[in-house]
Amino acid sequence: MSFAAGERVRVRAMFPLGHVRTPFYARGKSGIVERVVGRFDNPEQLAYGRSGDKKTLYRVRFEQSDIFPETPSAHDTIDIEIFEHWLEKA
Amino acid sequence: MSATHDHPHADPHAHHPEHHVPSTYYEKLTTALMELLVEKKLFKAEDVQGAIERMEERRPERGARMVAKAWVDPAFKQRMLEDGSAAMRELGMEPGDMLLTVMENTPQVHNVIVCTLCSCYPRMLMGPPPAWYKSRPYRARVVREPRAVLAEFGLQLPEGVTIRVHDSSADLRYLVLPMRPTGTERWSEERLAALVTRDSMVGVAVARMP
Repeated sequence: MSFAAGERVRVRAMFPLGHVRTPFYARGKSGIVERVVGRFDNPEQLAYGRSGDKKTLYRVRFEQSDIFPETPSAHDTIDIEIFEHWLEKA
Repeated sequence: MSATHDHPHADPHAHHPEHHVPSTYYEKLTTALMELLVEKKLFKAEDVQGAIERMEERRPERGARMVAKAWVDPAFKQRMLEDGSAAMRELGMEPGDMLLTVMENTPQVHNVIVCTLCSCYPRMLMGPPPAWYKSRPYRARVVREPRAVLAEFGLQLPEGVTIRVHDSSADLRYLVLPMRPTGTERWSEERLAALVTRDSMVGVAVARMP
């Protein structure tokens, strides 16, 4: 599934074992695609010496208070780079 | 050292902790691996030395040069915001495969960089990250309570300023373009570069005031 800049997306709440570059704190949270970065080797394969599994990388902007409602920081944001297979339409 | 004082205490280095700490497992492994690769002629000892020297050339001064250039040259700043790595090459600095992304501070927006997963940092431009950048408290807290963390660095931002935290979770590396201090209107690039600190390019500080 591909997304465009400005689209609302949700980070899949999945917890696979192994090398993963999606921060735990963002899982299950929704934000806006800030930009489409490009195609990159999937780090989950690269970590085990397997290259060539290209995935689209996005920058997603989250409201800080959506992610950490217990310590809200009004108007502040957190931008995270997230691969396509971790995102779904929100 | 005279014969009468010939005991370890006469040696000024005797109490240096490094002299008593045996090499760790990984230090021994690294040395053994390097020696084997040299012996197998995959590279020479001089190549290792050369790589270390190139690594040591990467210092925050390189980032400061880029920031100062952006402050005096709006067209360069625009190119730098579009493609940080290409802007580095323009100044004769090699980004390697680093994809440098520059985030500009404005009166409304303040940017700060972290790598919550490990210690990703624009090393090709700034050298190795400081110890606090790699520490768990910084990595965990700057996303949870950015204002409190910045305040601990001595940076009190007005309520109306939006803080954008950038988590270097994948392939991009970030540089914060701090705001040019007021009162520096006719300054040369070189003089301006001296105001650009490492911390201001990570976003836990602003540039030095003249």
